[in-house]
Amino acid sequence: MLQNKNIGLFIPCYVDQFYPNVAIATLELLEKLGCQVTYPLGQTCCGQPMANAGYERDTIGTTKHFLKTFKDFDYIVAPSGSCVLHVKEHSPTVPGLESEQQATQHKIYELTEFITDILKIDSIRGSYPHKVGYHASCHGQRGLRLASASELHETPFNKARQLLQQLEGLEWVELNRKDECCGFGGTFAVTEEALSIQMGKDRLEDHISHDVEILTGGDMSCIMHLQGIASRNKQNIQFKHIAEILNEAIS
Amino acid sequence: MNHPQEAAEFLKDAANAKWHDDTLWFVRDKRDKISKSVPEWEALRELASQIKDNVLANLETYLVEFEKNAKANNIHVHWAKDAAEHNQIVLDILNEHRCQAIVKSKSILTEECHLNPFLEKNGIEVVDTDLGERIVQFLNQPPSHIVLPAIHLKKMAISDVFHEKLQTEKGNDDPYYLTQAARKHLREKFLGAKVAITGVNFGVAETGEFVVCTNEGNADMGVHLADVHIACMGIEKIIPKREHLGVFLRLLARSATGQSITNYNSHFRSPSPGKEIHIILVDNGRTEQLGREKFRNSLKCIRCGACMNTCPIYRRSGGFSYGSTVPGPIGSVLSPGIDLKKHSSLPFASTLCGSCSDVCPVKINIHEQLYEWRQEITKAQGTNAKSISMSIANGIFAVPFAYKISAGMMRGALKILPDSITYSGLNTWGKQRDLPELPKESFKDWYKKNRK
Repeated sequence: MLQNKNIGLFIPCYVDQFYPNVAIATLELLEKLGCQVTYPLGQTCCGQPMANAGYERDTIGTTKHFLKTFKDFDYIVAPSGSCVLHVKEHSPTVPGLESEQQATQHKIYELTEFITDILKIDSIRGSYPHKVGYHASCHGQRGLRLASASELHETPFNKARQLLQQLEGLEWVELNRKDECCGFGGTFAVTEEALSIQMGKDRLEDHISHDVEILTGGDMSCIMHLQGIASRNKQNIQFKHIAEILNEAIS
Repeated sequence: MNHPQEAAEFLKDAANAKWHDDTLWFVRDKRDKISKSVPEWEALRELASQIKDNVLANLETYLVEFEKNAKANNIHVHWAKDAAEHNQIVLDILNEHRCQAIVKSKSILTEECHLNPFLEKNGIEVVDTDLGERIVQFLNQPPSHIVLPAIHLKKMAISDVFHEKLQTEKGNDDPYYLTQAARKHLREKFLGAKVAITGVNFGVAETGEFVVCTNEGNADMGVHLADVHIACMGIEKIIPKREHLGVFLRLLARSATGQSITNYNSHFRSPSPGKEIHIILVDNGRTEQLGREKFRNSLKCIRCGACMNTCPIYRRSGGFSYGSTVPGPIGSVLSPGIDLKKHSSLPFASTLCGSCSDVCPVKINIHEQLYEWRQEITKAQGTNAKSISMSIANGIFAVPFAYKISAGMMRGALKILPDSITYSGLNTWGKQRDLPELPKESFKDWYKKNRK
């Protein structure tokens, strides 16, 4: 366990606003796992929506603020692969703060990889008797390499699965396309609306046709998109962030 | 070109779009299976990538070496700085041989240079001999995929056009029957052509030879029957040594179609007695791309098409939605370099999911280059409405207090706006998706009450 380490909780802006329960679950889960967690109140957005839209250069202020907010923590943990990837790889270099930035990029982790790689917890004991479908969000999947990619010839692994599959009663559902994009893609969701919706429908179909009861994943942005489509089409499937499942199940 | 519009149009025929998606996924899946039968697959990709790095860093040296060795083999070597020069060189050779009809095979480069319309305007009959290419040529369409040019067409559409052009039985869409009809038709064209044009998959600097990979054998048929062989080659197709083919040929077919090897990998080294081989080395924007630090890597491309087959966007929008010779992810990296304004929507036709980069046999960081093009395009576009709103957003996110107020306002607005407004055409998010239910308080508010 990480004695005397200070962990800064980074909650993506839209999670703070729309999904406080996911943030609460993340905080409680880390606390249950013995971590000392603080949520710095001054935090804002990581700048990803702007950078992916082609305005990385306009996010220097945002990035500088992020670095300042989290500079004193030993680790930064976020329930989002996408935002973590942005901080690690796409935040613009802030002149004068290069070494701080490098340090930040090395101490920020997505929630599941923090549990498996830093806390070194192989399995979480608990019970969750449900049929669960896992949506592998691309930025976590292929960006942070939280799971093996179907395109690559590598030994299969999946950090989320490693944690979920140990839960008693949980049935992990195999999908036809285990790591196809859901079509959220940030501004893509509105600039390429027709495609985004079709991709989302196709992902949902894969889960629903396999009788998935709860669709989970590591990024609420993808889940918000999928949930929005499912709700509009009155499809019978529930959605939960992996932090919610783990926090609920842990004994 | 406007990719979102084209994609929306493609998706209107839902059954066809699903068929297109499934068909290309089938090819991707085949590629996955066969690539996993090669234990050293990832090492091969790395090696291929490194060889190409070396090529791009020493392109001039290898090209000069290739020219010297090819000339020593009695090959005529021509240099073309752009499409117009390339087309003129081809026409001059044809005129010199008083040639009125040619057969052509395997050349995306000639598509890129729009050679067909140029030659036709000059009174020359051009017959594409790859089956898929011949089909789209009959329909007066460009290829919709660089390896599977007629992948957007179903059997019956091919039956219809063959009935019209080749007088096959109406309504007979038996693939064997149609292929036989094409074969018979093409045989006559092969026998009548004095000049055959092919593309080039690999030019080998050390030997001055070049390699053309086909499945149908049509390139060989055309070349061996003709007196003159014109090979059109992009300057980035060079590889240093013959032994490097052992790396690239293994990757190419597996990535392209899931085959272990293409049926014909033909080496052309020197002309038979009484015959001629010409090779045209074409730049057409490649040197410029080489000079763009962030995008030069795209010149490693061996045109296998794997990034198209894997792309969730390409599969659901079709090749024509990209409006350029090379569609799909790699096309979206190459095309803006050719015409930034025309192709400015392409780097945004992606979720940056990264599947293209993982599938690429030469490890081009395609999705990262798409991200980089976005940065370039917004700069080139200058200050428009979107960039102003983004600057404001940056100001807000940098100031916690402003963020709090504005997020609070957003939450407030969502609560009080009637569904009819939130879900109107003004709000694209809500057109086909529900918005999340608004919680009573943000996490920040909860945290202040429940911790410390």
